[in-house]
Amino acid sequence: MAARTATAPGAPTTRLGKAGLEIDDRLVVAGPLRRTLNKVFPDHWSFLLGEIALYCFIILLLSGTYLTFFYQASMTEVTYDGSYDPLRGIDMSIAYASTLDLSFDVRGGLFMRQLHHWAALMFVAAIVVHLLRIFFTGAFRRPRESNWLIGVVILILALLEGFSGYSLPDDLLSGTGLRIMSAIILAIPVVGTWVHWAVFGGDYIGELIIGRLYIAHVLLIPAILLALIAVHLLILVKQKHTQFPGPGRTEHNVVGNRLFPTFAGKATGLLFVVFGACAALGGLVQINPVWLWGPYNPAQVSAASQPDWYIMWLDGSSRLFPAWDINLPGDYTIPALFWPTAVLPGIVFTLLLFYPMIERKLTGDTASHHLLQRPRDVPVRTSLGMMSIAFYVVLLISGGNDVVADKFDISLNAMTWAGRIGMVLLPPIVYVITYRICLGLQQHDREVLEHGIETGVIRRLPHGEFIEVHQPIGPVDAHGHGQLAYGGAPVPKKMNQVGAARRAVRGFFSPVEEPTAVEIEQRAEGRGLSAGESERELTSSGRPSEGGRPSDGGRPQDPRD
Amino acid sequence: MSTTNPQPDAPLADAGTPVDRARARRRSKHRRRLANVAGLMASLILTGSLYAVLAPAQAADDVTSESAAEAAGRELYERSCISCHGENLEGVPNRGPSLIGVGAASVYFQVHTGRMPLVRQEADAPDKPAVFSDEEIDQLMAYVQANGGGPTLPSGDLREGDLALGGELFRLNCASCHNFVGQGGALSSGKAAPSLEGSSDLEIYTAMLTGPENMPVFGDNQLTPEEKRSIILYVQTIQNMADPGGAGVGRIGPVGEGLVIWVVGMSALLFGIFWMGSKA
Repeated sequence: MAARTATAPGAPTTRLGKAGLEIDDRLVVAGPLRRTLNKVFPDHWSFLLGEIALYCFIILLLSGTYLTFFYQASMTEVTYDGSYDPLRGIDMSIAYASTLDLSFDVRGGLFMRQLHHWAALMFVAAIVVHLLRIFFTGAFRRPRESNWLIGVVILILALLEGFSGYSLPDDLLSGTGLRIMSAIILAIPVVGTWVHWAVFGGDYIGELIIGRLYIAHVLLIPAILLALIAVHLLILVKQKHTQFPGPGRTEHNVVGNRLFPTFAGKATGLLFVVFGACAALGGLVQINPVWLWGPYNPAQVSAASQPDWYIMWLDGSSRLFPAWDINLPGDYTIPALFWPTAVLPGIVFTLLLFYPMIERKLTGDTASHHLLQRPRDVPVRTSLGMMSIAFYVVLLISGGNDVVADKFDISLNAMTWAGRIGMVLLPPIVYVITYRICLGLQQHDREVLEHGIETGVIRRLPHGEFIEVHQPIGPVDAHGHGQLAYGGAPVPKKMNQVGAARRAVRGFFSPVEEPTAVEIEQRAEGRGLSAGESERELTSSGRPSEGGRPSDGGRPQDPRD
Repeated sequence: MSTTNPQPDAPLADAGTPVDRARARRRSKHRRRLANVAGLMASLILTGSLYAVLAPAQAADDVTSESAAEAAGRELYERSCISCHGENLEGVPNRGPSLIGVGAASVYFQVHTGRMPLVRQEADAPDKPAVFSDEEIDQLMAYVQANGGGPTLPSGDLREGDLALGGELFRLNCASCHNFVGQGGALSSGKAAPSLEGSSDLEIYTAMLTGPENMPVFGDNQLTPEEKRSIILYVQTIQNMADPGGAGVGRIGPVGEGLVIWVVGMSALLFGIFWMGSKA
């Protein structure tokens, strides 16, 4: 051993190090591991949105496994004899009875059910917010179209997974949802009836559907989701993460933190935050109290029966769509339900899936992009996105329009018509407004680049004219106009952002730095614009005649001086 | 008289036989009219005197049959209800329905929940603090019950029933408008099925019995008194039951839950990642 240490100067001397060496001798993992741990991830809060979805998925796998220990996917009728008094003696399916047992007679069962359900809602919500971030920043552009496609497929599968899970308890609410799903399948022209018979094994409701949904929910869809998420992440690592444009960031580098320790630390922290949020909801807020809904009985239906929020927009579309059945000769009918519940999502998801290709075709931009775009710099895309959100939100609210009508004392008919009109009128209005806002924001950035930052300092010229002193943020030409090109990166709009004020002590709730150390640092580095004057050529605002530097005369005196 | 039979002025200006003839005709007309008036007066006097002879006995009977409560109820009715329900409870078209045969149970529900007297004519009568005291409601009930009869208030323990059966019947008969647990729901054109929260047993019972507003009547041949009592037991048990899963979010299902996941859950996490961003 001693000889070996002598021959290899970098060889480990500790027991752990030696063990590591032994492993590496056999598996040769040190190189790839080092590369992976040194991988750099750019830093921006919005890059953590997808991670929220990932951690929700982990929570779902863990809590779902616990639920499978007690849930029985059977539609066999039993008479309930559990501890929930108001249902004792009622006939119900084993699926519903076992859900009641899970809620009332299994230790931790109700918490796990609620945690699972809240995490499911959070999962889809996080996917949607993540998708919006990718969309609005143009992160889906070449070479990342494949990951966009995978992401949208994950979203669709998450919706199916959510719906199948929602149906499993076989309660009155989910049974109503399943009844609607059955009607949607039947409404598909030509193949509808056949598909329905294949899915349900006969007419509604049969005795098979819960068992089939169960296998889809706990095995098929999660397995595909898991595989797709793995591919999603591998492609992300291979293609490297995108980053926002900024100083030192180019199409050919990645500026950020290494995977280990900084990024891993943040990710672990976020994992606990997501776990904590879902657990808090699961423990404090009741969700899907199936014991109140009662067992499913096709003869019964309740007011305010809605699907979970991610399907609610399709409920809304069917509430808004007029009852236009198309009666064809020969006893053939295309029910009105077909359009809002099968055609609409078909169109929406097709457009969503192929948006990167559509945009590439329309803009002719086939170059590879690793720098993100700010939403304002691509007004057409941003406006299209906002327009789609407006359309979606109108449908979403219409999905709960009876509850809104009831709680806010509005006529249900008025709600329906507001939804019908809103779904047509709002999107174009939102498009125009968003477009104008994007142009306005761009214009302001350009103005600052050209004329400098407003200092708030008013100066009176010898002939009596008042001007506001502007601080250029870069070199200026003979007319005093800034020469910095518009680069799609954030432009400082306040003097504090370029160091006019002393640096604040960092920290959100409590300081993460020693205040005295910061103060010493502040004293050392000087203050404001005069601090940078030695290395930067600063000139006055766009008025050469004005003379002098804003830092000489215009700068307000610090009261502490 | 002159408005119904305007006298032509033109014949007066003419002279000769046609004028005489016209004058004679007019005279005879006057005579006929006088005779008519006299006849009418005579028959009126006859009727009046007949009434004077025959009526006192009946009137005396009326006074004895209308109890003090009914009389007080009539007074209240004439002050607060008459403009829409008519002088004799027969109803006024486009204002209020007839109250003949609705019974004391209907009066109890409508007045005790504050729905009547109505604030204004609209799609739905909202419940509000009752205008009349319990004693006055009793008087109104007595008055309406005395004029046409109808379902009366039940007696005994209104929660004497089977809890599970009540739940099943509630889901079958009531949930389609009042929601799974009686949280209420919207109906068409501004009408609504109210929430059952805070409703008394008697209010729920009389509502089922009389079918106020848009609610169907659940007479005793549709839901027996025992079944009604079971439903009341279920509704009140569920209303008073704590939510074992935490905050109930209105017990309205996915709409409330969707709101919570975005407003509470998602914003908490977004706040979390902002926070992490500021720590970088």
